Amino acid sequence: MENLQLVLPEIFLSLSIMFLLILGAFKKDSSKLIHNLSLSLLIVTATISFNETIGISETKLFNNSVIIDYFSSLMKIITLLAAFLVLTISSNYLKTFQIFKIEYPILILSSVLGMMVMISSNDLIVFYMGLELQSLALYVLATFNRDQLNSSEAGLKYFVLSALSSGLLLYGCSLIYGFTGSTNFNLIANQLNSNEYALTFGIVFILVGLAFKISAVPFHMWAPDVYEGSPTSVTLFFTMVPKIAALTVFIRFLYVPFLNLIDQWQMILIFLSIASMLFGAVAAIGQTNLKRLVAYSSIGHVGYALAGVAAGTNDGIQSSIMYITIYVLMNLGLFSCLLMLKRDNQYYEKIDDLSGLSKNHPMLSLSLLIILFSLAGIPPLAGFFAKFYVFKAVIEQSMYFLAIVGLLSTVVAAFYYLRLIKIMYFDEHKEKYDTEHGFWLKFSLTASTVLILIYFIFPSQLVEVVSRINII
Amino acid sequence: MNFPILSSLILLPSIGALFLFFTKSTKNNNVTIKYVALFTSIVNFLLSIYLWILFDKSTSEFQFVEQRIWIQDFINYKVGVDGISILFILLTTFITPLCIISVNNSIKKRLSEFLIAVLIMESFMIGVFCSLDLVVFYLFFEAGLIPMFLIIGIWGGARRVYSAFKFFLYTLLGSVLMLVAIITIYFLNGTTDVVELYKSGIDIKYQNLLWLAFFSSFAVKTPMWPVHTWLPDAHVEAPTAGSVLLAAILLKMAGYGFIRFSLGLFPAASEIFTPLIYTLSVIAIIFTSFIALMQEDMKKLIAYSSVAHMGYVTLGIFTIQQQGIEGSIIQMISHGLVAAALFLCVGVVYDRMHSRLINTYGGIVSIIPKYSVLFMLFTLAALGLPGTSGFVGEFLILMGVFKDNFLVAVIASLGVIIGAAYMLWLYKRVVFGKLINTDLKQMIDLNRSELFILSCLAIPTLFFGFYPDPLINTIEVSISDLIDQYNFKLAGKI
Repeated sequence: MENLQLVLPEIFLSLSIMFLLILGAFKKDSSKLIHNLSLSLLIVTATISFNETIGISETKLFNNSVIIDYFSSLMKIITLLAAFLVLTISSNYLKTFQIFKIEYPILILSSVLGMMVMISSNDLIVFYMGLELQSLALYVLATFNRDQLNSSEAGLKYFVLSALSSGLLLYGCSLIYGFTGSTNFNLIANQLNSNEYALTFGIVFILVGLAFKISAVPFHMWAPDVYEGSPTSVTLFFTMVPKIAALTVFIRFLYVPFLNLIDQWQMILIFLSIASMLFGAVAAIGQTNLKRLVAYSSIGHVGYALAGVAAGTNDGIQSSIMYITIYVLMNLGLFSCLLMLKRDNQYYEKIDDLSGLSKNHPMLSLSLLIILFSLAGIPPLAGFFAKFYVFKAVIEQSMYFLAIVGLLSTVVAAFYYLRLIKIMYFDEHKEKYDTEHGFWLKFSLTASTVLILIYFIFPSQLVEVVSRINII
Repeated sequence: MNFPILSSLILLPSIGALFLFFTKSTKNNNVTIKYVALFTSIVNFLLSIYLWILFDKSTSEFQFVEQRIWIQDFINYKVGVDGISILFILLTTFITPLCIISVNNSIKKRLSEFLIAVLIMESFMIGVFCSLDLVVFYLFFEAGLIPMFLIIGIWGGARRVYSAFKFFLYTLLGSVLMLVAIITIYFLNGTTDVVELYKSGIDIKYQNLLWLAFFSSFAVKTPMWPVHTWLPDAHVEAPTAGSVLLAAILLKMAGYGFIRFSLGLFPAASEIFTPLIYTLSVIAIIFTSFIALMQEDMKKLIAYSSVAHMGYVTLGIFTIQQQGIEGSIIQMISHGLVAAALFLCVGVVYDRMHSRLINTYGGIVSIIPKYSVLFMLFTLAALGLPGTSGFVGEFLILMGVFKDNFLVAVIASLGVIIGAAYMLWLYKRVVFGKLINTDLKQMIDLNRSELFILSCLAIPTLFFGFYPDPLINTIEVSISDLIDQYNFKLAGKI
């Protein structure tokens, strides 16, 4: 008998999704209730994960197809918390567009469920199942504001391209299955020796699929359009939560079955990383829409996270996890600011709309200033430490080229972050925005800004949390 | 002594800034805000004087060392001072209150934000001068970009955006390579603690590249020719107080870095690259002096003269002679006082006439005599007249260079003449001559606060000019020990 307690978070979440669906179908005007229930469910699930699984030593369930260890539990908790925060701050936005419906929280919950399955997967089939569950929910979320052309376009684009990448990924899975005779990560690892070159094809196909999900260059084309078209709260979800899960799978997939083929895939990762960092930095310069700019900046940040993965050591993996965590925090703050740019029931998302913000909204622009400098990686803010650990891991492996290119692209990237600061602080001011905001929006902005600002006082805490991740 | 005096020096301005942050800025309480900032910075100055009194001049060991675990098994927060760094801390705490007094006339908007930026800047700069860990040093070194960017960008002149960006990106680009070098050092030696690194030395195989990485950062910050172009722009556009901070303290971080890290950690590489430094310094001295000669904007002229003066500093540092390095440090201190004063002098006339162009002025000697006297004093100090602190520094540097390389010394001495030419010509065109522009007649002489600031800067300039002993006493032992260490490591090839 399997120890079902270890998958209790997933079981609990899937049962609650079904319950919420039924509740929503039968009870009229229940969107507020379901919204609140989903919030508490996310917290409960996170608590269950924390209580039941975080202290457990590595355990495999269901014919070794699901793995529960510290790494997966930690990533699940981060995913759940990030989803919780996204959900809390999106309610006002949804109400403005009159799309505050029961489907929204349920879709978010199901995509989170898919991510949790992905994170725990130790088998290609389980992994693919989780991936598709989260992607399907995401397609619908992208089109959630269906009366707007942009949103529908975004959803359709995302669907078509994502389906293509899933196809490639599946093809890679079948190649690997064909050459090793198994879909289980551990069994694949034992079959590596004989078919090294053939397997590389499979790895490449799967990496393409994963790079698409995480929007690494050269598979990033969908990101700017989808991010721009989707409702802002969904964009926030896109930039944060799926990336956590995809990065986890990236790490698990490369390091568990294919660690011995590191020479084959390390070059690919270095390329993905360098291309993403450079492209993210350069392409963001010309943007005039804030959401598009965030899309390019997130491409760049993924590049840094991948640099940690490319290092091929536990330190590298830990730094990459740390990077994505801090990135999530910064993005949360950034989007909270974006959601505050509201006047007469209309949201503003052009760069010029920030013009002279510091005059009318000193606190908002100060927070945004801190977040932007942190995104640019200027010490002593949290973003610097994130980059610092990644480059430490990279330099430890003597990958100087990667480190130097990465650091030089931070200088290029600093330019467009500075441009936003310039617009806020140096330019003439425009009309005032609304000053009344929901509690959670203010809370997430304040919390993320303060954490970013004082991170340097307690830098060891996060290091300790991730230092227990030992994949290799 | 368990009182963490250095941490207090770093933290105190930030606490003052925090206090200002929570005080609402209105028209009425601008005075209060200013007094709070002034009070904080003066307390900090007194604290640093106390530090100087307690400081033991007879040893080259680091004193007042504080060490705390910051990141487990990786970085310690470690601060301490020796004879070299203590003077820079004094300079910082001395200049900051003067900057705060000077905002009276020049800063018209967002006063409290400006003072917050200045105070935070002070924290970071003191941090740079007393950190004894490479990562902590880098943190403070880079963090200073944020307040300075805002100071130039928000309160600057017409082309402030361009200048602020140029300043930020130039210095950031220079510094990122240093970060790579610091991490590499960590993996080579297992520590980033400067004291430990002094003891163990760094593998000679890597020294050249590491030296170049540090050099790229310091050269931009110094600034050395040919990466000096951000400085004139930043100076011209920055508000007076910003220019003062930039010239007096920010530029010194690089000179300090050369002495502390390039010489201290990479002696073998420093030996190899000395000709490079000599060449660049000499070019900087001659080339930028000629450029300064042709400037029509007073601030730009002084900015170019700063580049030339910093050229002497780098020249002196890499002579690896007692006199050379002593001279460099005194030159930096003196330049800190004199350049600050000159920028303030420009600020004074700018506040009255709203023009920095030299040809706006002329013949103001009889209208504002007090100003003309003080301006003359600082002009003479800038060209290194005996009896001013500028002379002591330049003389010692040239002496050091003469011992090391005759040709370089001769060329560098030529720079002194050109320096005298552009400074005196500037003074002549601004102060003497016929009074053509009749608007100038309405100019009022220095008010009390301006007079106070300029006198505060004039006194040490003259005092150390006649009696540089307190400065030399403080740095002597540390420098001779540094040179001994340098030669010892060079002989042992580590």
